[in-house]
Amino acid sequence: MNYNALTIHELKDLLARGELTPLQITEDVFSRIDAVEEKIGAYITISREQALRQAEEAGRQLDSGKAGVLCGIPLAIKDVICTKGVRTTAGSKILEPFIPPYDAAVIEKLREAGAIIIGKASMDEFAMGSANENCAYGIPKNPWNLDYICGGSSGGSAAAVVADECIASLGSDTGGSIRQPASHCGIVGLKPTYGRVSRFGLLAYASSLDQIGPLAKDVRDCAVMLNVISGYDRRDSTSVKQVVPDYCAALTDGLQGMTLGIAKEYFAEGLDPEVEAAVKYGVEKLKEAGATIREVSLPHTEYGVAAYYIIAPAEASSNLARYDGVKYGMRDMDAGSLIDMYKQTRSQGFGAEVKRRIIMGTYVLSSGYYDAYYKKASQVRTLIVEDYKKAFAQCDALLSPVTPTPAWKIGEKSHDPLSVYLSDVLTIPANLAGIPGLSVPCGISKAGLPIGLQIQAAHFEEEKLLRVGFNLEQRLEMAGCKPAL
Amino acid sequence: MNISIEEVVKVARLARLDLSGQEAEEITEQLDRILGYVAKLNEIDTKDVAPTTHALSVHNAFREDVVQPSLSQQEALANGPWQNGEAFVVPKII
Repeated sequence: MNYNALTIHELKDLLARGELTPLQITEDVFSRIDAVEEKIGAYITISREQALRQAEEAGRQLDSGKAGVLCGIPLAIKDVICTKGVRTTAGSKILEPFIPPYDAAVIEKLREAGAIIIGKASMDEFAMGSANENCAYGIPKNPWNLDYICGGSSGGSAAAVVADECIASLGSDTGGSIRQPASHCGIVGLKPTYGRVSRFGLLAYASSLDQIGPLAKDVRDCAVMLNVISGYDRRDSTSVKQVVPDYCAALTDGLQGMTLGIAKEYFAEGLDPEVEAAVKYGVEKLKEAGATIREVSLPHTEYGVAAYYIIAPAEASSNLARYDGVKYGMRDMDAGSLIDMYKQTRSQGFGAEVKRRIIMGTYVLSSGYYDAYYKKASQVRTLIVEDYKKAFAQCDALLSPVTPTPAWKIGEKSHDPLSVYLSDVLTIPANLAGIPGLSVPCGISKAGLPIGLQIQAAHFEEEKLLRVGFNLEQRLEMAGCKPAL
Repeated sequence: MNISIEEVVKVARLARLDLSGQEAEEITEQLDRILGYVAKLNEIDTKDVAPTTHALSVHNAFREDVVQPSLSQQEALANGPWQNGEAFVVPKII
């Protein structure tokens, strides 16, 4: 039996019946890693010894009847989330030696729930990218076809889940970085509402957009993970004091009485016909499940990318000022003066995309350009927020593709950053508005690459997303659809 | 041109980045295209639109001024590339 291929809820059943131990699951996941990781490259750091110790501890918790919700479940963590004592690089050379002295809030919660942390997943440097090609530690391959990108920036988190190198994972999503790799890898990925999950211990990229969320093998697992990581945290002043419901409770409810919106702007020019067909098939299935489908409009969708690529770099240029070679990370020890030390450390430590965004961000915030760029983008952000408000007055959730095309070949777009930016057109608006978005597999292209369907809802309506996603998953019967590795 | 190589080099210096000649040329060319693209926002009239900086309305999150548990000096210094056990060491400033 391959335990590594099972879901959280399946493993929990086996653990509860005493048919399996956390150590067996963890060793099984490591044997899978030993077999496929060389091909995939989903991890930057694997913490085998710590994981095995955690598995033994989880076994003791089970025996004593004190098992948490994720007791004995091996997880991968995007390498932008701090793990005490385990190197956290953010995919950047500048943080190569960084060992966090504390756990992120989500890691505390996972540990408390008994989860086992297998390792730190590959990602675009500082979460800047849509293909996971901007990583200082190698490019992870899409398990469905090793010549293709697995999406980004949480590419390793997605690849590890679909390749069974973990049971589920955490990623972060600033402009689509959970949903997009989930879609390209054929798994479920959720970006929660801004403020739902504490960002304490998440290395900041664009603070008004960043949010941590789960990637999982099915919708139920996604709900289980969200149950654990959600909630207010005083250490993140933007986290919200709002009751956390049991996200598993409403999954199996049907869709009667629910209205799902289709916006024509999400099916615009440039949408791959196979993606369009797969998403429309999914929409039909949801209709069969009892949902009413209604056409709505989000007229400012096409401006999202432009607004994002001003706002996100602006915030990044400020956030990344902290990497100065003084407090953590690498330093050019040969520099003579302080300024040279800053410059040489940063120039050697950051990769091309990060430098590009820092310069872009510094430029749009600079005197004389602020109004034309940053202020303008922030005003357009308001219009995008209002679009959603109007849409959600007419429907419970929105259905769309996640990405305009399936995954592309590694290297195909790396010379042209703008063309990669444009692939975020369908995921960015949710971040600008702070609403939740879920990616659920809805088909496989003729070339054998997964296609995802995106569900978006109003702030704190993750229950609706998961319920729609669960119904879709049940009707498409794509569970068990796996790449041959 | 939306941005010149001189502007890129100047902004890079402000952001404490040194660019090689080739890097500066490449980034200028790429930023020129990106700025050309984002100029698309000027198609929209935003005269009376208030800017959004946070998607949810956020308020200052105050807490009582009470000492909370925090990292020890040793833990806080541990990741410093150069530290003397009491402080981070940097090149001479004055």
